[in-house]
Amino acid sequence: MQQLRIGASEMLSTVKPSLAESVAETKITARGISVFYGEKQALFDVDVDIPKNSVMAFIGPSGCGKSTFLRCINRMNDTIPIARVEGTISIDGRDINDPELDVVELRARVGMVFQKPNPFPKSIYENVAYGPRIHGLANSKSELDGIVENSLRRAGLMKEVQDRMNEPGTGLSGGQQQRLCIARAIATSPDVILMDEPCSALDPIATARVEELIDELRETLTIIIVTHSMQQAARVSQRTAFFHLGKLVEESETNTIFTNPADPRTQDYITGRFG
Amino acid sequence: MTEIAAESMRATHDWSSQAARRRVKRRYAADRRLQFYGIAAIGTAMALLAILFTSLIHAGIAAFTTTKVELAIFLDPTQIDREKPAEANYRKLVRGAFKAYFPDVTGRSQERELYKILSNGADYIVRDYVVANTDKIGQTVKLLVPVSDPFDQLYKRIIPRQIDALSNDRIILFEALKQQGVLSVVDGSGVAKTTVYIDPSKVPLEGGLEAADYDAMVKEGLRSLFLNEYSRSYEEIISDAAAGNLKALVASDPSLVGKTIDVELPLAANYDNLLLAGQATMRNPRFSSDDEFAWFDSLEERGLIANPFTWELFFNADSRFPELAGLMGALSGSFLALLVCFLLSFPIGIATAVYLEEFAPKNRITDIIEVNINNLAAVPSVVFGLLGLALFLNTFGMPRSAPLVGGMVLALMTLPTIIVATRAALKAVPPSIREAALGVGASKQQVTMHHVLPLAMPGILTGTIIGLAQALGETAPLLLIGMNAFIPSVENIGLTQPAMALPTQIFSWADSPERGFVSRTSAAILVLLGFLILMNLIAVYLRSKLERKW
Repeated sequence: MQQLRIGASEMLSTVKPSLAESVAETKITARGISVFYGEKQALFDVDVDIPKNSVMAFIGPSGCGKSTFLRCINRMNDTIPIARVEGTISIDGRDINDPELDVVELRARVGMVFQKPNPFPKSIYENVAYGPRIHGLANSKSELDGIVENSLRRAGLMKEVQDRMNEPGTGLSGGQQQRLCIARAIATSPDVILMDEPCSALDPIATARVEELIDELRETLTIIIVTHSMQQAARVSQRTAFFHLGKLVEESETNTIFTNPADPRTQDYITGRFG
Repeated sequence: MTEIAAESMRATHDWSSQAARRRVKRRYAADRRLQFYGIAAIGTAMALLAILFTSLIHAGIAAFTTTKVELAIFLDPTQIDREKPAEANYRKLVRGAFKAYFPDVTGRSQERELYKILSNGADYIVRDYVVANTDKIGQTVKLLVPVSDPFDQLYKRIIPRQIDALSNDRIILFEALKQQGVLSVVDGSGVAKTTVYIDPSKVPLEGGLEAADYDAMVKEGLRSLFLNEYSRSYEEIISDAAAGNLKALVASDPSLVGKTIDVELPLAANYDNLLLAGQATMRNPRFSSDDEFAWFDSLEERGLIANPFTWELFFNADSRFPELAGLMGALSGSFLALLVCFLLSFPIGIATAVYLEEFAPKNRITDIIEVNINNLAAVPSVVFGLLGLALFLNTFGMPRSAPLVGGMVLALMTLPTIIVATRAALKAVPPSIREAALGVGASKQQVTMHHVLPLAMPGILTGTIIGLAQALGETAPLLLIGMNAFIPSVENIGLTQPAMALPTQIFSWADSPERGFVSRTSAAILVLLGFLILMNLIAVYLRSKLERKW
């Protein structure tokens, strides 16, 4: 299933020079994904390949199905009783809907960051330590401390919280809370992070911090970000997919989408004619 | 162009017109009216609450003290066996010590009257004291023992020395007799003049004049005064001594038999008072003579009467004598029943609510279960009592009157409350927390146990404590399973022992005729309310404490 995307790296070189040398291999492959909420179909037959160690942005007007698709990737739609997903998604060639596969393990390996910062009403330490603890990733207290520290450092939050690890995570500012949620997501050492409009509740400065962080995390992780802000998509992503009315309209290099879209609907959306 | 626009604006609506000003005024008035209704409603509620509490405290405060008399008792070693201190004749000791205060009281009947001042429990109080302090045998100890209920009430001024005894219609009847000239004052006491036929048929062959039914003759004579009156209540107008007077009269002159004679019958004390003083009062029937007042007054003058706080109200078992009755049995019964209720309803309620809210599929069956649980919360408690009676007592053959069964019945009625409260608390946990936990790979069970349940705990605990407080005040189901047993001892307290509960204790005291139980009932209600307030405070405290922990 793995396929090479040589053309992509050339195009990306104009956007992100650091990635120009690397050869992007496919991390996630989705084929024929349709999602139904009861009688209503929310997503129609989506095919997409998401390359490894890059950021892919999903854009589109509200209700176009981009979040729905995102939630298919870690099977969060399973928790909605009326939701039904058709098609196959595989990560590293492994079908995630395989009945043999443990959904809990899948979610540990595909982290998620939500629209509104939602730290647990527990201490900062506990917020980050919770995932590793329930998955048995640490054998000792010091090992767990190491994971927590490392995650917070990678999330760029360590300096700000190192003196108040036992204070509640809900006491942090909105931007700090969101970075805490990112630290929590990377603490279980996932390969993929799904971000559902992670900056929509943040101010511009906190947004910039999170965007920087996304750029740093890209070196080791595959990130998929749903966003309403086209500037954000242009800033952080290498590839962009445009959804409209439950269909994937167009998917290509971010540069191409914003400068030379193939589909007139994409053109209309990015120029602000609707949505 | 602009002028036309302005013109048409003015035409459509004039904001400064009379009608507009009136409308504004009406709106302000409506605002004020609404506020007034609200304040009036709150005021009424507060006033009613204040009335409830004042009347309860006013009536109940007296029960928190007991009138006691100090006895100097010589614990005579010749009468009390050191080996078996419980078996001595304490009644004799107590009465001897009390009698010593009144050297001039002689004669059995006077002594019997005197001892009425002491509570019936005085002997046992002294016995318990001696058993606990055997080293005091041979010494003279000063002990406070309670006085009997009428004197307790008298000392607290709850009952006056004289009480009003006549109702209004009796007074009208009396006035009518006075108009007829039947009543008069002879030698400083009131009499009714009437004629009595000394009926030979009422003089039996055996016993002769001695055994004649003079009482019946007096009543016959009275009836002649009240030809249109069919009630016999007028008979009470004449003193009990009238028959005796008539007997003495006939004994002195046997020739009166068979004749109709004019007599002056003495009036009963309260009518006598009414005639002489214009006031219908009489002696409280619980006191038979003025001596009792005099004795009690002399004890008071000598400083032997005290009115200390009565711990016995909390630590004594129930008793037929109000001055000895306490709430220990009721408190322990209520505690055990609530404990059973909590241990059953808390885990079952939470497990049910968590399953229904977090795990159960939403289908017709769970809908029916939901509706039924909500309806169960509104079922009258007496129905649960009947269920407990039929199921636990009759089918399962569990012990009657036991706190275990009481707790199980209370659990039945607390369960719906806890389930509904728990479900509401679970629903209130924001979905973002569930998503966050699911997002880091927590299983459904981990999400519930690690995140949702702890966050819902303050709400669950509040609901539980409110449910338990409701159960604490519940009377009807406990009456049905017999948890109103009369338990005069605190020795047999246990889950399967017959017991009392606070509300049933209140119910039983409220039913008792003794005057002292009036204030005991109010005091017990105050104790119950105290516990309810305490439980609510705990709920508030737990809520704020657990919420701060987030």
